Parts: sequence; C-alpha cells; structure tokens
Amino acid sequence: MSDPILETRGLNKSFGPVHVLHDVDFAVYPGEVTALVGDNGAGKSTLVKCIAGINGIDSGEIRFNGEPVTIADPRAATDLGIEFVYQDLALADNLDITQNMFLGRETTRGRMFLSDGEMERQARDTLASLSVRTVSSVRQKVANLSGGQRQTVAIAKAVLWNSKIVFLDEPTAALGVAQTRQVLDLVRRLADQGLGVVLISHNMNDVMEVADRVAALYLGRIAAEVHTQDTSTTQIVELITAGRSGDIGLPAVVASQA
Amino acid sequence: MSTKTPESPTGAASAEERSAFALDVEERSLRDAVSDWVGKVRTGDPGALPSVLGLIALGLIFSLVSDRFLSAFNLGNLPGQGAYIAAISLGLVFVLLLGEIDLSAGTAGGAAAAITAVGVSNGSLSDGLPGLMYWSLLVGLLVCLALAVWLKAYSAAVVIAVGFVLVVANFTQYLIPGLIAAICIGVAIGVFNGYLVAKVGIPSFVVTLALFLAWQGVLQFALSGQPVNTSRYALWHDLTYGNLSPLWSWIFVVVVVGGFIAYTVNKSLRARRAGLSRDGLQLVLLRGAIIAVVAVVLTLWLNQNRNTNPYKVISGIPVPAAILIVLMIICTIALTKTTWGRHLYATGGNAEAARRAGIDVTHMKVTAFALCSGFGAVGGILLASSQSSASLDLGSGNVLLFSVAAAVIGGTSLFGGRGRPLNAILGALVIAIIPNGLLLRPSLGAQWQQVITGVVLLVAAAVDAVSRRRATRG
Repeated sequence: MSDPILETRGLNKSFGPVHVLHDVDFAVYPGEVTALVGDNGAGKSTLVKCIAGINGIDSGEIRFNGEPVTIADPRAATDLGIEFVYQDLALADNLDITQNMFLGRETTRGRMFLSDGEMERQARDTLASLSVRTVSSVRQKVANLSGGQRQTVAIAKAVLWNSKIVFLDEPTAALGVAQTRQVLDLVRRLADQGLGVVLISHNMNDVMEVADRVAALYLGRIAAEVHTQDTSTTQIVELITAGRSGDIGLPAVVASQA
Repeated sequence: MSTKTPESPTGAASAEERSAFALDVEERSLRDAVSDWVGKVRTGDPGALPSVLGLIALGLIFSLVSDRFLSAFNLGNLPGQGAYIAAISLGLVFVLLLGEIDLSAGTAGGAAAAITAVGVSNGSLSDGLPGLMYWSLLVGLLVCLALAVWLKAYSAAVVIAVGFVLVVANFTQYLIPGLIAAICIGVAIGVFNGYLVAKVGIPSFVVTLALFLAWQGVLQFALSGQPVNTSRYALWHDLTYGNLSPLWSWIFVVVVVGGFIAYTVNKSLRARRAGLSRDGLQLVLLRGAIIAVVAVVLTLWLNQNRNTNPYKVISGIPVPAAILIVLMIICTIALTKTTWGRHLYATGGNAEAARRAGIDVTHMKVTAFALCSGFGAVGGILLASSQSSASLDLGSGNVLLFSVAAAVIGGTSLFGGRGRPLNAILGALVIAIIPNGLLLRPSLGAQWQQVITGVVLLVAAAVDAVSRRRATRG
C-alpha cells in the first residue's frame, strides 16, 4: 500500500469552549476514494475547513506527501494541489462551462486579454479525459445545465489544475438516479487516475459502492477507519451513531461519555 | 494571477474521446445562428430585441405623427439629443452587471462638468469656486486617491492623480484639460461610492440616493448660482452639435466596420485552424456585409446636406454618435475580452463563486463604480453641451432615471450578471426618440413624453419578465 498523500495527525480544534475536533488522524491515499462520514455536527465540515485553510488549527499537524505543511489560507491549499467542491458548487450561472472552469485563473495574452480559444481547448480536453459524455458543448451557459452536469463541471474545474486531492462535499445530494450514477462513475474515475479523492456523504449506498476506505467521525473523534470490503453498511451506521461497533471503534468509555 | 499552466491530469485526450463534444468543433452556420438566437429569446435572454422592436414601433408611430420625423435633419439631431443618456447608461451597465445601482451618476457628472465650466469661464478654479469648495475639491481628490490605492484600484488612482494635477496646476482654465479633469473628478466620486458600498457595506441604493441629493447642492455651490454658457466654447458645443466632415465620416466608418469585419473573420479562421467552436465564415461574412451595407447607406445619407436652411451646410456623421460608438466598442472589449470583464460578469452572476475563485469582489465593485461615475461625467459634459449651458440643475431630475431605463430597455438585468454596452446604446436611442418625435407636433404636450416613456419602459420590463418566466418553466 502506498503512503498517504495527505495526513492529519492529532488535529485539535476548538471554537471557544466547544472542542470540535479531538486528536483527529485522517489520511488520504492517492488512487483511492476515502469516504468521510459522520452525523451532523460530528465535525466533518470543520475538518475539511481546517484542511482548506479556512479555519486555523489549535494543535496537531497536517502532512502533505510526508512533509509537515501549514495551510494558512485557501490559496495555500490550492497551491498544494488540494481542491474542494462544496455542496453549493459555486458556479456562475451567467457564464459558460469553460469560463466557469477557468474562473479566477484565466489564461491570458499580455496579462490582460483572455485567450478564450486556449481555455476552451483545455476545458474540452479535461472533460474528455474524465470521459464525460453528458455535456455537449463547453460553450453552454451553466444556467442551462442539469444538476448532474453542474456537479460534473464543478468536479472538472477542480481537477483542471493538476490537483492531487479533491474533496467532494455531498456530490450526489440533490441528484436523481441516473445523474447520481454519472457522478459516482466520475468520482471513481478520478481515483483511477491517481488522485486522492475524499467523498463526504450521508448516503451509505454511495459510500459502499465507490469508496475504498471509510473514516467515521463521531463527536469530533475518528471512531474508526475501515476498508470498505471489510465492512458493511450496518457497521458504518453503528460507527456513525454510536462511535463503536463490535470490537472496533472508540473505547466504550469514550463513546458513552461524549 | 496564477502562473501554473493548467493541464488535464492525464494529458491530451484521444481523438475518439473528443468526439463526445461534436458540437464544439462544429461551425455555426447561418441557420444555427438563427436558431440559437430564437432559443435565447425563448429562454429568457431577449437581448436587444425589446429595444429594436421599440425603435421600430416608435419610428412607425412618429412617422405618422409628423412627416418631418423621418427627415435627415431631424434624425441627424437624434444622437446629440440622446448622447448624455447613452453615456450615463453605458457607465450604469458596469454597476448593474454587479446587481448594484448608481443613482448619483447624473448629478455627480453634472457637478463635475460644472466645475469644468467654472474653470474655463473664470480662468482659474481657485478664484471661480467658492474658497472652501476649492480646498474641499483638492482634499476630496486626495482622499479618493488614497482610497483607490488602498482598495488596489490602481488605474483609478492614476486617473484621479491626473485630475489632481490638472486642478492644482490650473490647467482647468483650458477646455480640453478641463474636460479631462471633469472625468477624473467623476472617477474619484465613483471610487468614493465604491468604498461606501463595498467596504463600509451600505446598500448602493442608499449611498447613491444620498449622494444624488448631495451633488445637486455641490453643483449649485460650484456655479455660485450662475449658469455658465457652454456654447461659447466651440469644441464643447460641437460635442453634441458638430459633425464629422464627409471625408472623416468615411474614414470613421471604414475603420470601425472594416475593423469589425477583419476581427471576426480572423477569429473565425483562427478558430477553424485550432479546431475550436466558431461562427462559420459564411455567417461572419454575411453579418459583416449587412453591417457594412447599413453603415455605407447611412453615411451616404448623412453626408448630404440635411439642413433645411440654405445658409449653412450640415452634413456628416454627428460627433456624438461617433463618440458613443467608440466608447461602446471600448466598453465591449473591456467586458468581453479582458479578465477584468470576465470577473465582473462572474461577480454579478454569483459573488460567492467569484470570491472562492480568488476574485477580489471589493476591487470589482470599486472599479465598476469608478467607471460608472466617470461615464457620468462624460454624460454631464454632453448634457451641458446639448443644452448649451452648465445649468443649476445639470444632471438632476429625470436624467439618471432615463439612463437606468435605457439600460433596462436594452436588456440589462437589475439583478446583475446580464447586460451589454450595445444594448444600452439602443435603449438610449429608444428613450431619446420619444421627445424627439413628440416635439415635432407641438399640439401634443410635454405630458405625453413622460407617459409614453413610462409605457415603453413597462413594456420592455414585461417582455423581459415574461421571457424569463418562460425560461424557468421550460
């Protein structure tokens, strides 16, 4: 098994008196989909925001490719090659697919003028490399896309920049059956291309289907990190709701006290 | 700006995979263009349609009202009558694209133009303006300069610095530097608006409503209760009443239309070589040919003497039309071909997405407001020219509201993200044609003007709303 590309060790984070993350050890491996699961308020978003550089951390360290790094702001995360696709996707409806994918990082001639042709070609190449077949033109306005297509564009935007790790927050939450299928296929393909993918999801079917390993957060602690093939939906649900399942998970004392 | 070169993670895609995007490499033929356009109108983006239909309908009505309406003399006056609305409306497009509004552009522009008028008529701003006001102007310019630097609007800062130098060195006694100074003062006012909206966080409606009132008072201070006659200054007068000589008219048309055709043809050919989506050459040439024919016919017509009075020859393209066409082209390039323009559309479409993409939203707002008030100053200058006077109510009253109406009739959304400079100009033509047509039949009182303008605006807004509702339903 390869070394993790991104790792947190003993991460702690408090908001005032509320201790949100307790000694969180979390790892992302290249070429694998790691599902991050947990009930509402378990600390998933806080963990992601710490890695994104939106929240600072109180103690612990973040390692990237084995090296300790400090991620002080979102740009630092982007520079490392960590991209985030948030639930609200953050696409501008009035721009087309290419324009959205390059937003804020436009290719230019003479620093001021856009080279639209070059961007269009790269957008098309990126979508093609992800075997996306649901989008007919990269010159379509995002306003005219379906939910699944929008999710696809948001993910493609994240991988356009030689990114190494992509965090996906509930990518299938608002999608129908067929579109969920497309997005899950895409998630799998990202990992097959060697990216480290983190899938944040409440949907156990999605998790069991596409993830290689599952990290369950329970009240700010990592209850367990298990391989998908060694586990079952029931076990994960127990880890999420009770913090332990059989002989894995948090010690009974910790689980009940929290 | 990131210097990373973006690459798809697995390199270039195979030719077979590319076929999934067949539409991209297809040429847009004439038929595609028409069906695209119909699709756009149906999905809630009527673009220039309401303003063009409005122009045709009003033109038909007014040609029945008076047979003088379609005379060359009358239509030749139209650009001068609507120029100030068009200029302010162009500036408003930038602010409206962000979903903001600037109600003060008219009076701010009026005040800026009045300061120029005082400067040139008095020979010295420090003598012409009331003592306190001259110093307030200097301090205000410096404060806005500092704000612009602080908010990283460096180009605005340079413009304000130029204005400061022109005022301090008393170059404002000459007309051309004076007019430039007015625009610089406008930009300074805009930076102040942008600061209050983007940094302090006051809604733009309130900020600019307050300043709309305040600048009217400043204007009266500046003029010390005395209107300044601007028709004494030939250049200023000609900004709305002048015409390009027939030779220059032809040069202007050839450069503008030729430039447009050369640009679009070159773009189509290059895209074809690079295998990108493009407008087919046939479509490009047809469009270019139509524009060229219209431009040539118009120029031929305008180059004839259109004065009904035999003592003076009036011919050529009206100067205000030329000014606004140039300004419109510059605005269009800025909005569609530069990163700044792309970021402006993105900020108006989804400010949060823009922020996350690393776009400095505050900077976008400040620059948009700065441009808007700068264009407001151009509008004030043109208005003073067309009414031959820097009057005590320069730019107040309905001026700004007509300009907003022009932008809206031209299809600019008040909610941000949608709008084009060309359409603002067309909208301004609609607004300007109403008083023009009505004044030809004096028995129709001025009260009709407001009623008809209101109805036209309402119809335009209704077309917009209905087409948008169809879009959400479909």
